[in-house]
Amino acid sequence: MKILVCISHVPDTTSKINFTDNDTKFDTNGVQFVINPNDEFGLTRAMWFKEKQGATVHVVNVGGAETEPTLRKALAIGADEAIRVDAEATDGFSVAKQLANVVKEGGYDLVLGGRESIDYNGGMVPGMIAQLTGANFVNTCISLEIEGDTATAIREIDGGKETVKAKLPLVVGGQKGIVEESDLRIPNMRGIMQARKKPLTVKDAVDANAETQTAQFEKPAPKGDIKLVETVDELVDLLHNEAKVI
Amino acid sequence: MSVVVYTESEEGKFKKIAQEAVSYAKGIADKMGTPVTAVTINGGDTSELGKYGADKVLNVSNDKLDKFNAEAYADAVAQAAKKEGAKVVVVSSSANSKYMAPLLAVNLDAGYVPNVTELPESTEPFKVKHSVFTNKAFSITEFKTDVKIVGLAKNAYGVKENEAAGTAEDFAPELSSEDFSVDVVSVDKATDKVTIADAEIVVSGGRGLKGPENWEMIEEMADILGAATACSKPVSDMGWRPHSEHVGQTGKPVAANLYIAIGISGAIQHLAGINASKTKVVINNDPEAPFFKNADYGIVGDAFEIVPKLNEKLKEFKAQNG
Ligand SMILES: Cc1cc2nc3c(=O)[nH]c(=O)nc-3n(C[C@H](O)[C@H](O)[C@H](O)COP(=O)(O)OP(=O)(O)OC[C@H]3O[C@@H](n4cnc5c(N)ncnc54)[C@H](O)[C@@H]3O)c2cc1C
Repeated sequence: MKILVCISHVPDTTSKINFTDNDTKFDTNGVQFVINPNDEFGLTRAMWFKEKQGATVHVVNVGGAETEPTLRKALAIGADEAIRVDAEATDGFSVAKQLANVVKEGGYDLVLGGRESIDYNGGMVPGMIAQLTGANFVNTCISLEIEGDTATAIREIDGGKETVKAKLPLVVGGQKGIVEESDLRIPNMRGIMQARKKPLTVKDAVDANAETQTAQFEKPAPKGDIKLVETVDELVDLLHNEAKVI
Repeated sequence: MSVVVYTESEEGKFKKIAQEAVSYAKGIADKMGTPVTAVTINGGDTSELGKYGADKVLNVSNDKLDKFNAEAYADAVAQAAKKEGAKVVVVSSSANSKYMAPLLAVNLDAGYVPNVTELPESTEPFKVKHSVFTNKAFSITEFKTDVKIVGLAKNAYGVKENEAAGTAEDFAPELSSEDFSVDVVSVDKATDKVTIADAEIVVSGGRGLKGPENWEMIEEMADILGAATACSKPVSDMGWRPHSEHVGQTGKPVAANLYIAIGISGAIQHLAGINASKTKVVINNDPEAPFFKNADYGIVGDAFEIVPKLNEKLKEFKAQNG
């Protein structure tokens, strides 16, 4: 089984979000980048398929050279090879088109992405890859088993879950649950040394115009001061008469 | 040329997000001077949609679509959008809509922007404001495509009444067996519980509650308020509560009218995920907890003293106010 894990290179969850160039660009100054948490759950599940079912695992990112340390980290966690498509990741649809091309050329059986990336929260790349390549698609996946050419997956839905079966090739939008938090791996020294020697191929981008474009960023209005109260009577009164939410 | 809006229903009743989506579609349609067409799939009584501004309702009734199936639904909505010559398609932010929308975008070769919080600031060029960086910022984004899919954030625009004809018309999309290649084997859904996605009020507990045995008072409060229960990440990681209750940047987003945080410190990742909620209340015994800088109302004190008292007061209040 050939697995491709899509890795989004995103600001660490504690990052301060600021913008430059008249609020048209994200300010990367002092920001630490990490593997998108939802993608890391998928990557960890891929390691399980590698170790238990002999799968080959490639990781891919669409982005500039600055994203390579994130790909190296994925290699240190255990992926066999990395691919970077040399294109600016401007919008979800164009990124999906780049990735769909990698999927077609590589003949992958399983593509693991995240439910959404924590930077632009688009939540569209895995679904678009599936539709562009004609593969099946399962989103918000919290359990994934593969036997032969058939996948059994559990998908989180609003208020419950749903079990689905689908044939490979399959694209999955993963999240916590596909593996547990405690299954996540911190690369060890040996992994880091090995990662330096593993192939990281830079691929030229295919033509794919952005379908949407950020014109301007805005920060939310600053929060007003909190009202501290002493008693539950005051609280219930304020929630009813002032906030009007009960 | 109408604005097409996909309306979700459950057991023959339209969801609040469907009412909101139609209200919003009406807002866009007014700006563009076009009518609104709602699409419903096995939706039951469609007359209600007229109230929020739907001029026409395309009614798909098909047993095969009884269970949600992203590909088949995307195909049906795409065919409806093409039939109507739609330039704008509105969907909601439910798990199902977020599953379907990317497929729909490919089917229609349309740009897709999710988490949109307001009416477009202009329709030529078509620019929308949407939340990014998990509510830490907004982006004004311009569509470059002829057809545009707008994913409306929950509880951002609101339900607005705007009487229109709501004329129902049967619509039978052509579906192929490929549309059903992801086979839904079983659905396991608690029907008696309010979901975090649909809840107006969410009561959430953190590590300050010390252990799973102390959640009774949280569930009691949720019961009294008709609220959903939620928790912080470590609480679900430790198995005190199910993962499905984990809210925050890496868990479920919350955009409720009221979010009550009990024994939660207010870490940046937690706040990001719940910040779209309108009113936030914090109960915490540490006055330095960062949540106090992010909430509207707060009580500094021991949750084990305050929550039982608050539950009594809320019961009394509900008895008087219905
Ligand atoms: C990559 C990443 C992603 C993350 N994503 C999320 C996420 O999505 N959601 C999330 O929640 N967290 C997330 N976190 C974790 C986050 O950083 C915090 O660790 C977590 O939110 C803390 O949970 P808590 O507030 O329940 O616990 P704590 O931080 O331990 O806070 C417990 C609070 O309870 C109070 N308390 C104690 N006893 C009482 C009492 N008797 N009465 C009242 N109050 C009391 C304490 O004063 C304290 O403020 C993430 C972290 C990382 C690194």
